[in-house]
Amino acid sequence: MKLVYFAWVRERIGKTDEEVEPPVAVATVADLVRWLKERGEEYAYAFENEAVVRAAIDRRHVKPDAAIAGAREIAFFPPMTGG
Amino acid sequence: MTPTVRIQAADFDAATEVAALTEGRSDIGAVVTFTGLCRDEGGRLAALELEHYPGMAEAEVARVVEEARARWPLSGAAVIHRFGLIRPGQNIVLVITASSHRRAAFEAAEFLMDYLKTRAPFWKREHRADGTTGAWVEATRADDAAAERWT
Repeated sequence: MKLVYFAWVRERIGKTDEEVEPPVAVATVADLVRWLKERGEEYAYAFENEAVVRAAIDRRHVKPDAAIAGAREIAFFPPMTGG
Repeated sequence: MTPTVRIQAADFDAATEVAALTEGRSDIGAVVTFTGLCRDEGGRLAALELEHYPGMAEAEVARVVEEARARWPLSGAAVIHRFGLIRPGQNIVLVITASSHRRAAFEAAEFLMDYLKTRAPFWKREHRADGTTGAWVEATRADDAAAERWT
């Protein structure tokens, strides 16, 4: 699946997007965050406050307990400040 | 009606968009427009940089407009949101709502702005007047509260 990052999440991780293949035990968005945090300190930094970072699956907002099976694109980003 | 949703770097003209929305219509009794502009925060800011999530921004704004249409009897609606570097005094966002009567148009416009602030995937970063790039603008509790009052 493709992961995409925005704003300070993108800056902390140091990339705009990447392809990942998490193990099958990674079932939810929250699982994915925990798995990413173990990949390196840049991820640990980006997700240091997990409650702050928001997620979207295939361009729809989702909660941390959302299942990621079948997702093509998962985005992580800070709370939105448009308008 | 087919709502207009555009996410663009280019500027917009509110009067042109209102004219496009009302042209040839005789059922519309009220049009409300809201334009959000970049302000300089007392001279501190040189610009705001708006990052967005291409694809999702359009989709999410369209979903918010559909929610507004489900709540109020709208005859027309338009949302235009800009991205890129926007300087003080320039336009950021335009919301137009049209209805037979004013209350629906007023309320739907407020609802759209409150929901866009918390749900549309845009992020602002400050560029300071002293030439440095400032921090990402933090979401406010007040914006969350404004959106929650509609639930």
